[in-house]
Amino acid sequence: MGQIALQGVQKSFGPVHIIKGADLDITDGSFVVFVGPSGCGKTTLLRLIAGLEDVTGGAILIDGRNVVDVPPAKRGLSMVFQSYALYPHMSVRGNIAFGLKMAGLPKAEINRKVEAAAATLNLTPYLERKPRELSGGQRQRVAIGRAIVREPKAFLFDEPLSNLDAALRVQMRLEVTRLQKQLATTAIYVTHDQVEAMTMADKIVVLNAGKIEQYGSPLDLYERPNNLFVAGFIGSPKMNFISGEAARQQGAPTIGVRPEHLKVERAGQGGWPGTVSVAEHLGSDTFLYVDAGQLGMLTARYIGELSLSPGDKVSLSPEPARIHRFDESGNAIHA
Amino acid sequence: MATPLSLESVSQRGTAATGTRQTQGLARLLLAPAVGLLFIWMIVPLALTIYFSTLHYNLLDSESQQFVGLDNFRYFLTDPAFIASLQNTLVLVGSVLALTILLGIPLALLLDQPVLGRSIVRLMVIAPFFVMPTVSALVWKNLLMHPVSGLFAWIAKLFGATPIDWFNDAPLFAVILIVSWQWLPFATLILLTALQSLDEEQKEAAEMDGAGALSTFIYITVPHLARPITVVILIETIFLLTVFAEIFVTTGGGPGLQTTNIAFLIYSQALIQYDIGSASAGGLVAVVIANIVAFFLVRIVGRNLEA
Amino acid sequence: MARAVTTNRVVISTAAAWLCGFLIFFPILWMVLASFKTELEAFAIPPSFLFFHWTTENYATVQERSDYLLHALNSIIIAGGSTIIAMLIAIPAAWSMAFSPTKRTKDLLLWMLSTKMMPPVGVLVPIYLIYRDLGLLDTRVGLTFILCLGNLPIVVWMLFTYFKEIPKDILEAARMDGATIGRELIYVLTPMAVPGLASTLLLNLILAWNEAFWTLNLSTLQAAPLTVFIASYSSPEGLFWAKLSAASTLAIAPILVLGWFSQRQLVRGLTFGAVK
Repeated sequence: MGQIALQGVQKSFGPVHIIKGADLDITDGSFVVFVGPSGCGKTTLLRLIAGLEDVTGGAILIDGRNVVDVPPAKRGLSMVFQSYALYPHMSVRGNIAFGLKMAGLPKAEINRKVEAAAATLNLTPYLERKPRELSGGQRQRVAIGRAIVREPKAFLFDEPLSNLDAALRVQMRLEVTRLQKQLATTAIYVTHDQVEAMTMADKIVVLNAGKIEQYGSPLDLYERPNNLFVAGFIGSPKMNFISGEAARQQGAPTIGVRPEHLKVERAGQGGWPGTVSVAEHLGSDTFLYVDAGQLGMLTARYIGELSLSPGDKVSLSPEPARIHRFDESGNAIHA
Repeated sequence: MATPLSLESVSQRGTAATGTRQTQGLARLLLAPAVGLLFIWMIVPLALTIYFSTLHYNLLDSESQQFVGLDNFRYFLTDPAFIASLQNTLVLVGSVLALTILLGIPLALLLDQPVLGRSIVRLMVIAPFFVMPTVSALVWKNLLMHPVSGLFAWIAKLFGATPIDWFNDAPLFAVILIVSWQWLPFATLILLTALQSLDEEQKEAAEMDGAGALSTFIYITVPHLARPITVVILIETIFLLTVFAEIFVTTGGGPGLQTTNIAFLIYSQALIQYDIGSASAGGLVAVVIANIVAFFLVRIVGRNLEA
Repeated sequence: MARAVTTNRVVISTAAAWLCGFLIFFPILWMVLASFKTELEAFAIPPSFLFFHWTTENYATVQERSDYLLHALNSIIIAGGSTIIAMLIAIPAAWSMAFSPTKRTKDLLLWMLSTKMMPPVGVLVPIYLIYRDLGLLDTRVGLTFILCLGNLPIVVWMLFTYFKEIPKDILEAARMDGATIGRELIYVLTPMAVPGLASTLLLNLILAWNEAFWTLNLSTLQAAPLTVFIASYSSPEGLFWAKLSAASTLAIAPILVLGWFSQRQLVRGLTFGAVK
């Protein structure tokens, strides 16, 4: 079981409030991603759950038991650190076995579990090597091995893929997701990369300035962002925000339209006129950065190739059903 | 701190500074012995020195200990021996600093060049630093600087010059040479370490910008060395202010007062003349002088701690 | 870096560097040579550089003339003892400051550094009197204690800079893995800190071995380490250069070897981490 609940969790360092009251319910077996910009408190929140920091207020329940006074090792969680934090003087086997050794398991059982974990992660040939003799991806796998071997109630991941190169990152993303589904163990994963969040998560927690802005499935957040912050943070390229007269015509002080929901047509077709200032041709998609006069710079995404170049006049029209409306304080107006 | 952007740094510093309550209590406990001992080590002798410095107190006549206020300071500071020893101290510190740095820079630059067998040369250069002061002083005094049978005398005669009677004609200079020999390795090693940490790409960038070897040295290398040179000056000063063994075994402060520095003067007042009061006053003067230097050193090291 | 360096340049800089190295090392070499000469040859003008009658009798005489082994033993006990005690006190302190720092840690470190800057001569009088009254003059215990205190700030500082380099993540990983603080120390911290501990030990052994203020002032005979023993050769008593050289060679040889091993850490230790 790995049910985790946060109830009014607060954390401050002196006068600085890092976490301003977080409430959250994480169901057993789900993959939850904490995402947000630098300094939003996502890592602190993870460390609070891990027990590496003391809460200033509130409760953390794991399977219904409040653990705020329980030391990290007794919470039954395991963690994968951003720097991997492998023990440099121990072999891969030693690293993976350490937690079991500390728990006082018999040697034979430790070996059996370590070897099983190594097999799952394709680390068997490297068991006797030291971390410095491994590549970045292999070290990452050792860190994961160390986490899974203890059969924890939940995995905690602290930006584990940020030190890998782009290709490896995509591969490890898949591996981590697959492994989590296979083990059906709760996972909490911290990242600042919203693509990782969208692709890996069952549910996403968007944090900003120490507050939970929204908690929901990736598509939920994409289709029904609660406010301007979530709308702008989730989705790539970023949602276009328009205020002023054009917004008022749609019945809100601010409206948002995602680039993929802007129809691009030749100039003079109605909609918003503009001039292409940069065109990015990816083959599969075309990204247009259009100077739309008073509306500002708008981004449009066209599926497929669209042969436009800077200086071309275009006209942009939003799909009416895909327009997001926000009130003065930035909260979404749901129809 | 008000802007959201600075939050990350706050949170990280905060993270580093907290940990959990358990670890913190233990941390204090572990710190206590070291802090306590050093505190006693600093406060008790210093307090006693201050106390003694106000007494008329001679070990040969230990019956009479009377309070004399600041008389000892007046006596110590107006003693011609103090003026002479202060002068000697300044000349000694200044000359050794100048010699070690002026020789240390070219030496470090040389060792930074492609040299075959560099590690062996390094070992030879660093060796004097590990020689105990009494050994280096006696070896220099007897084997090298002896006016009749020393190696220097023989070399002088080879060139038809009159050998120098080092410890009679130029005693302070002789001490300076010995001490400089001991500290040259330190200066060289620190400067060399600093040179080796100079980013090769910086030099290449300067080269691409059209700087020649000399300009690269002046505009890139010298500024890079400014900090290590400061560190060398300050640390050497701390140790050079209290040079003692070299004087003790070679000249005993003489002839006359020619090689008496402040440390040696206080020693002789305390353990030769047994004048506790005056020696204590002198000790406090030495503490004040050292503190002036220490003030700057602590600031430099402290700044480094932030980085 | 990758560019070829002209042969000429290598030859010139190599020659110059070796010459400088030789000149700086020469007094030590000269001393070692003199230790194998007879007293007459050591004193002879013109000096003989290599072609003299090599003898080891000085080394035998050194022990006879005065009890060399006693002083060597004193040096070992005092330098070794003070270093080990300083390490035992400093390891927990440095550990605590490196891994559980508070707002005052920086000030505390700088304060410790400042105690090292107090000139020993400033407290010579009270220490001498306290030692006299406690009967600690000319005792190994007394010297061990004072050298331990004198080097404690350097030991704390060096260990602190080494511990600082151990990533905090790894210790947290150990805690997540269920290691108690004791086990964290044994299984994780100590193995990772061994190189730093070793260099700290070495450097402080050297500093304590060569300390020549307190040893000269607080010991005379029974507890006198080698620094004091060598100083006894400063009183002129006829032909003694070869014996002085032999005694000196014995006194510095072990520490020279240790010093060469620790030269890289030396910079960092003596500059309190200001230059690495």
